[in-house]
Amino acid sequence: MARITAGLATSHIPLIGVAIDQNRGEEDYFKPILAAYDWTRRWIIQPENKPDVVILIYNDHASAFDMNFIPTFAIGCADSFEPADEGWGRRPVPTVKNHAELAWHIAQSLILDDFDMTIINKMDVDHGLTVPLSAVFGQPKEWPVKVIPLAVNVVTYPVPSGNRCWLLGEAIARAVASFPENLNVQIWGTGGMSHQLQGARAGLINKEWDQRFLDDMTRDPQRLRAIPHIEYLRETGSEGIEMVMWLIMRGALSTQARELHRAYHVPASNTALGHLVLENVE
Amino acid sequence: MPDRLKDYLAAFDDIPGTRVYTTERARQGYWLNQFCMSLMKPENRERWRADERRYLEDWQLTDAQKEALLARDYNRLLDLGGNIYYLAKVFSTDGLSFVQAVSTMTGMSVEEYQKMMLAGGRSPDGQRSVKEGR
Repeated sequence: MARITAGLATSHIPLIGVAIDQNRGEEDYFKPILAAYDWTRRWIIQPENKPDVVILIYNDHASAFDMNFIPTFAIGCADSFEPADEGWGRRPVPTVKNHAELAWHIAQSLILDDFDMTIINKMDVDHGLTVPLSAVFGQPKEWPVKVIPLAVNVVTYPVPSGNRCWLLGEAIARAVASFPENLNVQIWGTGGMSHQLQGARAGLINKEWDQRFLDDMTRDPQRLRAIPHIEYLRETGSEGIEMVMWLIMRGALSTQARELHRAYHVPASNTALGHLVLENVE
Repeated sequence: MPDRLKDYLAAFDDIPGTRVYTTERARQGYWLNQFCMSLMKPENRERWRADERRYLEDWQLTDAQKEALLARDYNRLLDLGGNIYYLAKVFSTDGLSFVQAVSTMTGMSVEEYQKMMLAGGRSPDGQRSVKEGR
């Protein structure tokens, strides 16, 4: 039986990818950014921890989807996905290989569970998906895990509510638990933390709010699922809304999930970098 | 339900210095954002760089949108339905980073903006609500 063993949350700031792709990790600016992942890099390659499959929750940033298609929840079901050319060439990272059988299984299970997923076969995956993989796995020739892309609209309002995201996470957990193959599955929620990339208020960072969000991922996750959009917007900047994607991850884990690792650093570009690893305690 | 939606949207306008990308903006900015997407292709970037004004003729944009694009007036472009992830294609084509482009919307120089970020970013105090002044 497939089981979700851990959840991971991380920002997907493009600059992290730049630091890794251009081997600039030794620069003073980048050192604390990459150090956020040191523990995770060691932890995830231990045989007892290494996932077979990662369900990677992210958002597309006007790369695969434009104004013609705006799916709220989309799941990638093809065998593989190429890194997107976001306007300055493709990132020099491996092709993303899917576990298509599990992806299709999850898609079916979610739809029967009242989540009307958009199923995607042809799509390129942008920094939202590839930066977290680089942050955790560095620069391998092939990604050491299969990846199921799950894209969420957090760009055009209304975006899904935190509670809806949480419920989707619960439904994903049910879907994975009903897959017969013996697989170690992780779920990653990406994006955030506080940042605003537009207007006179750009550059907003709210450390206090972010820290409480990190605390309550284990201490009081029920509070988090009730946070309305307007609170993310006011408190964490217009792009802080990406944190609803962390709640899909959290909803897929048990109530007792335990924090194994945490990192927080300001700034990475315009953004507060946040990173968590949670063990799924059954 | 109609009131709930009205209240939901009205609250967005109470956030200082922010344009939330609502469906109204998405509708207004459809062609503006699709123009931006066209710059994902190298051959289009070349044509754009060669003659910006001429390239814009191929798109159903308003005069205001065209002028704001030529002036790289990003706050104005947000007002006219642009979305920042789409507008990023324009400033990336110009060779600007997110920090460089974003700072132009704040009234600060790039250096001042970078300094603010290194010092921990912009405080949310006084930036949450126009009405409540908090």
